[in-house]
Parts: sequence; structure tokens; C-alpha cells
Amino acid sequence: MLYSYLIQRFLLMFLTLLGMSIIIFVLLRLVPGNIVDIMFDSAGFVDPDEKKTIEKELGLDLPIYEQYYHWIVGLISFDLGFSYVSEMPAVDEIGPRIPITAKLAALSLFFSILFGLPLGVISAVKQNTALDYALRVVSLSGLSLPSFWLALLILMACVSYTGAIPIYTETPETLWDELLLYLLPSAAVGFRASALIMRLTRSSMLEVMRQDYIRTAMSKGASDNAINYKHALRNAVLPVTTIVGIEAAFLIGGLIITETVFNIPGVAHFLVEAILMRDYPIVQSLVMFIAIIVVVINFLTDLAYAALDPRIKYSD
Amino acid sequence: MRSNLFKALAVAVVSASCFGIISTAALAEKSGGILKFYHRGTPPSGSIHEEATSSTLVPYMSVFNNLVMFDQAKPVNSAETIVPDLAKSWAWGGDKTKVTFTLRKGVKFHDGKPFTAKDVVCTWNLILGNSKAKLRKNPRKSWYKNLASVEASGDYEVTFNLKRRQPAFLMLLASGYSPVYPCHVPPKKMRTKPIGTGPFKFVSLKQNEHVKFTKNKDYWKKGRPLLDGHEWTIIKSRSTRVLGFIAGKFDMSFAGDISIPIYKDLIKQAPHAICEKHATNVSTNLIVNQFKPPFDNGKIRKAMVLTIDRASFNKILGHGEFIMSGAMLPPPHGVWGMPPEVLKNVAGYHPDVAANRAEARKIMKSLGYGPDNRLKVKVATRNIAIYRDPAVLLIDHLKEIFIDGELDTVETSNWHAKVARKDYQVGLNLTGIGVDDPDAMFYENYACGSQRNYTGYCKEEMMKLFEKQSMMDNGPERMKLVYEIDKKLQEDAARPIIANNVRYNCFQPYVKGFKTQTNSLYNGWRFEDIYLDK
Repeated sequence: MLYSYLIQRFLLMFLTLLGMSIIIFVLLRLVPGNIVDIMFDSAGFVDPDEKKTIEKELGLDLPIYEQYYHWIVGLISFDLGFSYVSEMPAVDEIGPRIPITAKLAALSLFFSILFGLPLGVISAVKQNTALDYALRVVSLSGLSLPSFWLALLILMACVSYTGAIPIYTETPETLWDELLLYLLPSAAVGFRASALIMRLTRSSMLEVMRQDYIRTAMSKGASDNAINYKHALRNAVLPVTTIVGIEAAFLIGGLIITETVFNIPGVAHFLVEAILMRDYPIVQSLVMFIAIIVVVINFLTDLAYAALDPRIKYSD
Repeated sequence: MRSNLFKALAVAVVSASCFGIISTAALAEKSGGILKFYHRGTPPSGSIHEEATSSTLVPYMSVFNNLVMFDQAKPVNSAETIVPDLAKSWAWGGDKTKVTFTLRKGVKFHDGKPFTAKDVVCTWNLILGNSKAKLRKNPRKSWYKNLASVEASGDYEVTFNLKRRQPAFLMLLASGYSPVYPCHVPPKKMRTKPIGTGPFKFVSLKQNEHVKFTKNKDYWKKGRPLLDGHEWTIIKSRSTRVLGFIAGKFDMSFAGDISIPIYKDLIKQAPHAICEKHATNVSTNLIVNQFKPPFDNGKIRKAMVLTIDRASFNKILGHGEFIMSGAMLPPPHGVWGMPPEVLKNVAGYHPDVAANRAEARKIMKSLGYGPDNRLKVKVATRNIAIYRDPAVLLIDHLKEIFIDGELDTVETSNWHAKVARKDYQVGLNLTGIGVDDPDAMFYENYACGSQRNYTGYCKEEMMKLFEKQSMMDNGPERMKLVYEIDKKLQEDAARPIIANNVRYNCFQPYVKGFKTQTNSLYNGWRFEDIYLDK
């Protein structure tokens, strides 16, 4: 049963990625302006003859299906092509940035779960108390404060009160330096996700706490901790898991801004720059990479359901 | 006898004190240290000859040498401030139709290969399109329209043969945009790993991260450079980079990055910073597509010129610090611009805006426009604040003469492509010039056939005037003619200048030996005399 489910999911993943590749490829070329126009922008004019020569050099004069074919063949053989902007292999441009964003995203997710989940439980357990109101205010502000604004406020506060600015200017030498550098940016990004997790955990917990089996556990004399964390949270956490999976994908959006404000050279900020420059090989490869990550996270989330709730079967 | 003795004593005292000052200055210079800058974005490439942006020129100028250059210690670039660089000396011949340079011996490129006259020939053949190797982009080809050929005579002498007389030709060669490239390095490599003879060697460029340069220990100028290198952290967010400067993370701001409002904020938070105000020679201007009716009619363009209220632009956007000018930047910042007493007589520059607009409305009415028949146009501009803000004001000013403008913001990367193919009616643009000389300005922006002549303005009589001034020696006669040309250009609405922008260049107090140049953003970044007095 498990194997057929896995095969089905893999097939679905493959089709999703194929569809994504076509959408990315076509959409990029529908956007007005191409890399050659942009290259000439820094020269302040466009020479039609020189433009044609460069388009030919970059293979942009070929029919779109031929360009797609070359890209897909390259992708399968891990040849991502060359960045139009830096004229360096796309792998060399993208490769070193992935771990940076991955660490930042992981730390943000860690923050959001670390704060979101327990605070959500506390808020539910202490429903309608001063603490609950305070936590609800915090979670609402997390949802309403844009992460770029929060990031800028953090920077301004640092400069005003400490005279130092926690931005990335050179590669951190130790793990500790790296952790310190990523701490504030990941908190800025994770704040929103933690607020969402907190609110969802609270409402989910409140729903579960009204169930008969919780009352049964209470009447049997189970401790508060056992009721809250062993019986209630385990069931309440299912919708939260879905949200964590979705938020992991959305984190990339938040990271684009935060990487820009904190000047962190990750893939998210790099992707935006590549889109603005119409650096097709970089954008296509990066979006495909993100698509793979999102699809894999969704797949893992589905698997996690079954682990968390034995009633869910893979055949479902 | 006694008087002679006194004179000799006086000379000795003066000499000693002068020597003292010089030697104190020399002693005060400190070697070592890395100068840290922020950069506003990844430079499009490292090849100065292929770019027309300060993003490339400012960090990379120190990789190269020119034949001649503008004195880095003087704030105003002019013919009088041109000093030798790779050329030890030069001599004009043939009634200023050719100039011969005697080159320095013993100069080496960063890869150890010797510099010779062949490299000079190769560089200008590349620009003229006469070589097998080709530049991918060639933005300054128009500068050298009058250059017939470049010939080497032996290894250390080179002659530039001009088609006609052009005394200001040296001004072009002195720009940061005129470095000498090595013959043996192909243009593609110059874009990614540039090699020159300059005081600093290129180390690395990482997109969105940094550009690094290190000291050229074999630099031909003894005792220079003083720094061990200079490094640029690329920071796209302006708030972040300015905060970084305030926090002392950077020694200098990026060229032209500190606007007047930002300066006012910055100096409050970092009162120790030294900020030099400078004209960038970048103007905000109105562009009207002369191929698109009804703007092919000179009368309507004249009405548009008359409705511009430059004082309000200056007050709102420049906090009163912008410079009112025609195409050329006036003294003390520049050399060739019309002084206020001449400028006020140019149509549209008279301070009585109400009278100007009354005249403009009369013209519009004569063309059939009025309160009940308003002309609807799209005002195109680049979608960044320094373009968008004046465009909004411009729309307001056009309303006064029955023109209803609709703001058409164009994604920044498509802007030049759009205006170059004349795909606009009315627009607002910013224009920077590499060299403060009428030859560069007129031929680049107003001459028939120039790729950067976005409005398509082309008049045979003006071409004759451009050539006439170009053939003249510097002096009152040329100045008078340049004023006359500039006045005509403004009145013809060739590309009416709204204001010449002013910026601040900020650095930490321990940065010494640097002088901000006031009439170009593109010529003062050799960095060989800078030192850190920490």
C-alpha cells in the first residue's frame, strides 16, 4: 500500500515539476524586455546591430521550443548554463547561496515553531485571561507588521542604541558568528509565521479541549500537562502541521525582503535581482529549485500526517 | 649687498617653510589599510569601455591608467587640470589635427606584460570598431567620430590623427571613461577579470555581495597607491547602506548616492562625517518625441518649455540647492554653463512664471487647444523615485497649458530601450555626462544620428555650430558660441533642462587625500593618493 502511494506521489511530483518548468519558461519570456535591453540600459542606448549579435550569442534568437528543449536537456544533466549577467556558470552562482538561505529559512521556521506552538497552547489553556489577550495582541501584530518594516526597525534600533549594524558584509568565520548574524533576520521573518502558528494552535486547541475524550481524561484524573500536551496538542497539531508546511514555502517570500534589508547574499534576494535582469538561466534554475523544495516539503507533510495520526492511511 | 642678503634669507625661509609643509604632508601620509565602500548594486561588468554607468566606472577606474587624466586633487575638471598619466608628454601638430603622446617606459600590466604604444592603438581601434576583437557594447563611439586613426611610432610614441581640428580632444582622453586596455586580453575577459596598469588590481566580484581590489605593488608611480586595497559591499537597500555608513561600517558613501534629504538626516546621526556637496553634472530634463505628432510642431514644444516652473522643482525636489542651467553646467561647479544674467533671457528661464505661462497658453490657443480641448498625453518615465517625482511635477505644470498628462512608469530595465526606439510621446529623463566639455555634451545628446539623442532633435545649422565650436580653442570666443548654442537648444526644446542635480559625497574624517570632483561623476576615482589616518 505504502509503495503504490509513494509511486503515485512521485508521478504527481514529476508532472507538477514539468508543468512548473513550462510555466516558468513561458512566463519569463512574456515579460517585456530581455537581458539584452537591460545590458544596454547601463550603456544608455540600444544599438540594434549589437543587440542582434548578443541575442545570437545567448541563443535568444532561437524559437522558444528550441530554447526550452536546450534548457530541459541541460537541467537533466545538471548543466544549468551560464549567468547572462556575470558570464559565470549558473551552478557557481546559485550553489554557494543555497546554504545561506536554507540556514536562514530553517532558523526562521525553528523560531516560529519554538514560539508559536507553546504560546498557542498557553493562550488556549488560559483563554480569556490577561495573558491570553496579551498573546493575541502579539500574534495580531505579527500578522500585520510587514517583515521589511520590522527588519528596518530592528536595524535602526541597533544603530541608534548600540552604534553597530548587524548586516552581512563578509562571510562569517565561525558557526557562532553565523548564528549571531542570522538571529535577527530569522526572528524578523519568523515573527509572522510564529504569529500564525500561535493563532492556529490556539483555535485548534480550544476545539479539541471541548471534545469528549478530553473530558474523559480529566475525569480519570490525568494531570494538566498530560491533558494539554499528550492528549489535546497531539490532535490539535494536525492543522498546524499543514500550516507549517505551507509557511515553509511562504518563508521564501519573506526572505526576499529580509535578505535585502540585512544584505544577506542568499538565493531569495538573488532571485529577485535575476528576475529584474531577465537572467533566464538563473531564474529558471532557481524557481525550479524552489518548486522542488516546495513539492518535497508538501510530500513530507503528507507523510507526517500519518505519523501524527494513526487513523490516516496512505490509501486515503 | 645687505638687501641681497635679506632677499636670499627670505627665499631660504620661504623655501624651508614650503619644504617643511611638503615634507610634513608627505610624512602625514600613511600607508596601508583597506578603504571600505558600499555599492548600490552589482556593476554590470568590469569593462569601462562597454559601460556608461558609475556602477562600473567608480570602482574599476583604479584598475586602469589613461594617457592623460584630470588632476585628482582639483575639484573642477577642465583643460587646465589635465595632467600626464601613461603619456609623459604630448604635442599638438598639424594645426591641432593630430596629437602625439610620448609614453612612459617600464610600465607593466597586472599580468606582468609590458605596456607599449601597441596597447593604445588596440584600445582605440576597439572603440572605432577597426579591430577583429569587438566590444559587446560601445557607448562612447560617438565621442571619437572625429578620430581618423591611431598610429604607433615605435613602442613609446603614439599619434592620434583627427579628421578636423579638435582642441578639446584631450578632454575626452582625460575622462575616467578612456582607460588604456591591454592588447593581449580579449574584451570578454575584460568584462569579468579586467587587467590594467593602474594602482589597484581586480581581485573578485561576487554578484550582490562584493567587489574587491588589491594594491598593485609594481605600480609605476613610486610610493603609490597608499592603500592596501579597496572593497565594495553591494547593498541594494538604500536605508541599509546609509545606516551602515552611519554605524561606521563603511569609510565612504557611493558616488552620488547621498541626496539632499538623506544628507540632512545622515549628518544628524553622524555629525562627525565629512560630506562634500557637489554637482554631479546629471540633469533632470524633459524629452519630447519630435517624430510623434503633434510634437513635431516646434510651437507646441516651445509652449511646453515655457510652462516649466524651475524654481518650484528646485524648492520641492532640491530643497533649493539644485543648479539652474542649460545643457552645460555653470561655474563655479562647471565651466561652460550660462551665467544667471545670460540664462534669465532664455525662453522659459525668466523668473516670471505667470508671464511665461500666459505666453505658452497663447501659443496653445493658436494651435486650437484650450480649456475645452485639452491635449491628452502619456508622460513616460523610469519607475524610480528620482525620475518619478519630477515627472509628477511636470504633469502638474503641463496642466497649466491645457495638456493633461498621464504618468506612464516604465520598469527601469526597459527605460533606455523604450526611449531609444522612440516609443514615447513626452518623457522625463536624467542625463549624466562623462566630461564637462561641449564636444561631449553636444555630440552625445544633441547631434543628428547619436544613439543617445533620445528626442531625435536634428538640425543641420546646429550641427554646423557644434563643429564650429569644436574647432575653436578654449577662450571667450568659444565660450560665447557655446552659450549661443545652449540657448538655442533650450528654446528649440531639444531636451529642455529642468535642473542640474546636486548630491553629497560623504566619508569618515580619517579618510584623507580625496577630493570630490564637482562637474563629473566619472573622472575622480583613481584612489592612488587616498590614505587612512586612523
